[in-house]
Amino acid sequence: MKTRIERFIVPVVVLLGWELFSRSGYLPKALLPAPSSVVHALSDWVIGYDETTQSYSGHWAKDAIASALRVFAGFALASLVGVAAGVAIGWSRMFEKALEPLLQMLRPIPPVSWIPLAIIWFGIADKPAIFLVFLGAFFPVLMNTIHGVKTVDKNLIRAGSMMGATERQLLTSFVLPAALPSIFAGLRIAIGSAWMLTVTAEMVAVKSGLGYVLWDSYYFLRYDIVMAAMISIGFLGFLSDLGIKGIMAHTLRWQATTTVQGRF
Amino acid sequence: MASIELRNISKIFTDPKRGELLTLDNISLDIEVNDFLCLLGPSGCGKSTLLNIVAGFEQPTSGTALVDGIPIERPGSDRGVVFQHPTLMPWLDVIENINLSLRLRGMSRSERHERAKEFIDLVGLKGFEHHFPSELSGGMNQRVGIARALLMNPRVILMDEPFAALDAQTKLEMQEELVAIWERRRCTIVFVTHSVDEALVLGNRIAVMTRRPGRIREIFDFDLPRPRDITSPLFNDAKRHVLSLIREESTKVATP
Repeated sequence: MKTRIERFIVPVVVLLGWELFSRSGYLPKALLPAPSSVVHALSDWVIGYDETTQSYSGHWAKDAIASALRVFAGFALASLVGVAAGVAIGWSRMFEKALEPLLQMLRPIPPVSWIPLAIIWFGIADKPAIFLVFLGAFFPVLMNTIHGVKTVDKNLIRAGSMMGATERQLLTSFVLPAALPSIFAGLRIAIGSAWMLTVTAEMVAVKSGLGYVLWDSYYFLRYDIVMAAMISIGFLGFLSDLGIKGIMAHTLRWQATTTVQGRF
Repeated sequence: MASIELRNISKIFTDPKRGELLTLDNISLDIEVNDFLCLLGPSGCGKSTLLNIVAGFEQPTSGTALVDGIPIERPGSDRGVVFQHPTLMPWLDVIENINLSLRLRGMSRSERHERAKEFIDLVGLKGFEHHFPSELSGGMNQRVGIARALLMNPRVILMDEPFAALDAQTKLEMQEELVAIWERRRCTIVFVTHSVDEALVLGNRIAVMTRRPGRIREIFDFDLPRPRDITSPLFNDAKRHVLSLIREESTKVATP
């Protein structure tokens, strides 16, 4: 029971302090909305009961799904390409020499700086957003896959070839599973980047989704909705990470008894 | 025709910092079908390197290595290897580790499990089929490694100090089991070890290697009936002989 109380102390104190500070009138109410008004805005946005969020009232699910689909599309694409390229670079010197210099030069360029090109190439819609998400999610997956492949125990590969595995089988049945712990670490970083870039893209290049609502509300000085959007993004990001963690715990259950992860 | 023929095998490792290192020096060796050959030698004498050449993991710098008359070019399922560390796939449970070679050949799950059962019984792992390697002791993992090699039904089994990390009691049990398996199944075994006792308990031929660069100091047949009593006079005679070979070697190093 004690741990349950501990969980709530910090959030309750922060929320109470914020609510009191906001009501004290030290800052104009519009600039620092109280938690209660953020909750009000959020709940109207979600279920639409008094239209305090005006045209957004009741539209939350639609906005959230629009953002989530972009996240999913870009993340899935980045995972596939990132794992494939990472295995190729990690395994083959030829691919490493051919691809790595170019990729490592592209990597430090912030994905956001691609926005102008993304807009002229793909227009204003889902495509530039998915492109940005792909750029942000690709590199963490790539780097972690390369690391995972390069650190596979050489003897596992020897055991594989001793059992008569072809090179293709060595990659799919030995290298890939052995690199999975690293790959999952990359996927978890990537899903975070994916949400960040979806929201960024929606603020400038798309006319729907949580990021669009956030930016549009800013123009109308509705900071309560801005905060409601921020909370929604955080919540959905948390949920998608939880999903990946769940898949990881199941896939890597063989690791549970040997690592700190299995302590509890 | 011998099972394994090694002709003038030399191996030089080139290290950018330390230069060239002659590890194996002109080794020639015939291993007959159904031999249980123990390669005995001090640490760093190149006995594992020789085994890796037969396994196909490494190429000799010069000389030829043949299995059943065919030059060794790469690892293959005609030569089962039991590694010093079990080298199991940590993400597969015991039964899947044992039948992995069948999965690579595209055999169905039920058929694979059927085949694996025999070998699980053979190495005494019944009841542990669905444990992961991380949940088992070192000795049990090594049994999985042995079962995995046996299931491939290879003509040759190569073992690289597989019992070195085990406690004395488990080691004795495993040695007895291995001899029983070899007597029943009849296959060629090449067993690398640095323990004189182990070599004399297991092998029907003993090859004693020199210090680096590794050469064959002496090779002899050892037909002491089994089960071998390691306190019997005959066993001790053989041991005395091997130890004298080893002692000659070490004084050679002390006074060059």
